[in-house]
Amino acid sequence: MPVADLVKATSIDQALDTLHKQGVRTKYENFIGGKFVSPVKGKYFTDHSPINGEPLAEIARSTAEDIEKALDAAHAIQYSWGHTAPAVRAAILLKIADKMEENLELLALTETLDNGKPIRETRAADVPLSIDHFRYFAACIRAEEGALGELDNDTVAYHFKEPLGVVGQIIPWNFPLLMAAWKLAPAVGAGNCSVIKPASNTPLSLLVLMQLIGDLLPPGVINVVTGPGGEIGKALATNPRIAKIAFTGETTTGRLIMQYASEPIIPQTLELGGKSPNIFFADVMDQNDDFFDKALEGFTLFAFNKGEVCTCPSRALIQESIFDKFMERALERVGKIKMGNPLDPTTMMGAQASHDQMEKILGYINVGKQEGAKCAIGGEQAHLGGDLENGYYIKPTVFVGHNKMRVFQEEIFGPVLSVTKFKTLEEAIEIGNDTVYGLGAGVWSRNGTTAYRVGREIKAGRVWTNCYHLYPAGAAFGGYKISGVGRENHQMMLEHYTQVKNLLVSYTPNAQGFF
Amino acid sequence: MDERVAEPPVVATPAALDAIARMVVQRGPLMFFQSGGCCDGSLPICFDAGELIVGDHDVLLGELGGCPFYIDGRQYEVWKHTQLILDVGEGEPEGFSLPAGDGRHFITVSRVCSPGELGARKPAGWSRRSDGDGSPHRES
Repeated sequence: MPVADLVKATSIDQALDTLHKQGVRTKYENFIGGKFVSPVKGKYFTDHSPINGEPLAEIARSTAEDIEKALDAAHAIQYSWGHTAPAVRAAILLKIADKMEENLELLALTETLDNGKPIRETRAADVPLSIDHFRYFAACIRAEEGALGELDNDTVAYHFKEPLGVVGQIIPWNFPLLMAAWKLAPAVGAGNCSVIKPASNTPLSLLVLMQLIGDLLPPGVINVVTGPGGEIGKALATNPRIAKIAFTGETTTGRLIMQYASEPIIPQTLELGGKSPNIFFADVMDQNDDFFDKALEGFTLFAFNKGEVCTCPSRALIQESIFDKFMERALERVGKIKMGNPLDPTTMMGAQASHDQMEKILGYINVGKQEGAKCAIGGEQAHLGGDLENGYYIKPTVFVGHNKMRVFQEEIFGPVLSVTKFKTLEEAIEIGNDTVYGLGAGVWSRNGTTAYRVGREIKAGRVWTNCYHLYPAGAAFGGYKISGVGRENHQMMLEHYTQVKNLLVSYTPNAQGFF
Repeated sequence: MDERVAEPPVVATPAALDAIARMVVQRGPLMFFQSGGCCDGSLPICFDAGELIVGDHDVLLGELGGCPFYIDGRQYEVWKHTQLILDVGEGEPEGFSLPAGDGRHFITVSRVCSPGELGARKPAGWSRRSDGDGSPHRES
């Protein structure tokens, strides 16, 4: 592929033209049984780019019948895929990773066009992390072993890890490709087949991925069905032919998924958002050095992916003794965030994923102002002019207030940070935990004991310590409290996609003596 | 501002009421549940009535066009100083919510209540499971 063409693309039309020359289509059917298949009812919807609001592609508007077709395809291959040697499955995952790496620019550009996130993030985070996820689980499944217990001289308990079967997976719009990789790599690696539904705002990268990797997998191992969640999401989640449902999204649907899963009695894993505290102790300012610079970046990471991250460090807790001078430096750093055309590699913050999302964020900014939070920077829509005037841009926004305000309590899912202060370590923990969520947290201190104590007391599944927003495949990710059930990433994820078969074997010829 | 009569914790715009009325005719009774968190948090999720099982710890904020509007009790605690205004926005809904018709979806806009309003407001009712007629009742 002429990578140079992709790199040079700065206008959306030019970028789309380049993608089309690389084989990206203007219309996508569902990917079922190894090929693109028209939706049963023949309906499509238009996927728009949030960069300028223009159409990107026509996407299948599927119905419950399409879910059934996908399940047919998945069930047809599941037995043989489940019995394929781990070495063979691992080799396929590695080929998928290689293919993605060869097409990194294509996937990064597709993701940027569909989601609005800056190309520097899709190149450096979304796509490389997705690639690595397949490699990580390729390695894990080679090393997976069952266990045996010699219960007595004649009795042995063998424990085998068997795939669940066909699983349903529903992913969000904020990291379309990466969330697909998080769900698909462990599920498929462990010998399951998947029917996966991408978000309707951002279905494109997964469909392009299937174009690239579809022929590497036996047909039916991965099936992608697009369309409205209320219709096909429900048809998938309540289906007696799935053995597990995995969902990332908001809390009410998470709850509904649990309710649905009670019909077929299947396990669920849920990842449902957060309001993560990012806690800065006074000693971060002991020196004006690289570490302090890193801490300032850590503060500013609320704007990563324009704040559309479940673990967005959307509450900053600053120790009172440094509050004013820390904020002066921190706001200076926030002021340097470069907004602009997401296709420009120097752009740090791009467009919110949809018009609706922009409106919701502006609504929250308004609530923050009504509540009396002090807007220290930003606080409004950004008008970038020209080609971008119809895109969905919001200035990075920092509020100063107190933790009972709604802007401190509800996940805004935008580049909006709420800052407050604390006096003691105990108060930092108390404020940090004063939330219904528990997905992520950040702790910044030069004192290892402080960082350790706070990290252990914060009720969240991931506590970044002197770092933030790192997502290596080998670190478990998931929620405490209402942020979810189960974990993603890490070898332990395979437990969520396997079940234990126990063979209890007797090697004695003697009867038990009951009858 | 502080003297104003307490408004209900949730209200609907004429456009939302119109959408509800037309949907009720088409599909039957509806219910709303205010969501939170992640991508589609802050959105009111619209279901056919009874689709989501309402529990003892959910709060019935009110009825809009004859359809109950609930919020999770824990979320209510941190949202209760605001009034929720149900409206409609352009575009199909993300997530599992029913569309509001004509390519639109339901949205929630919030308004911070004045101290006087909050003082005058009756507590929202904690929901209870059905008394047998399928409808939750309000205790206020």
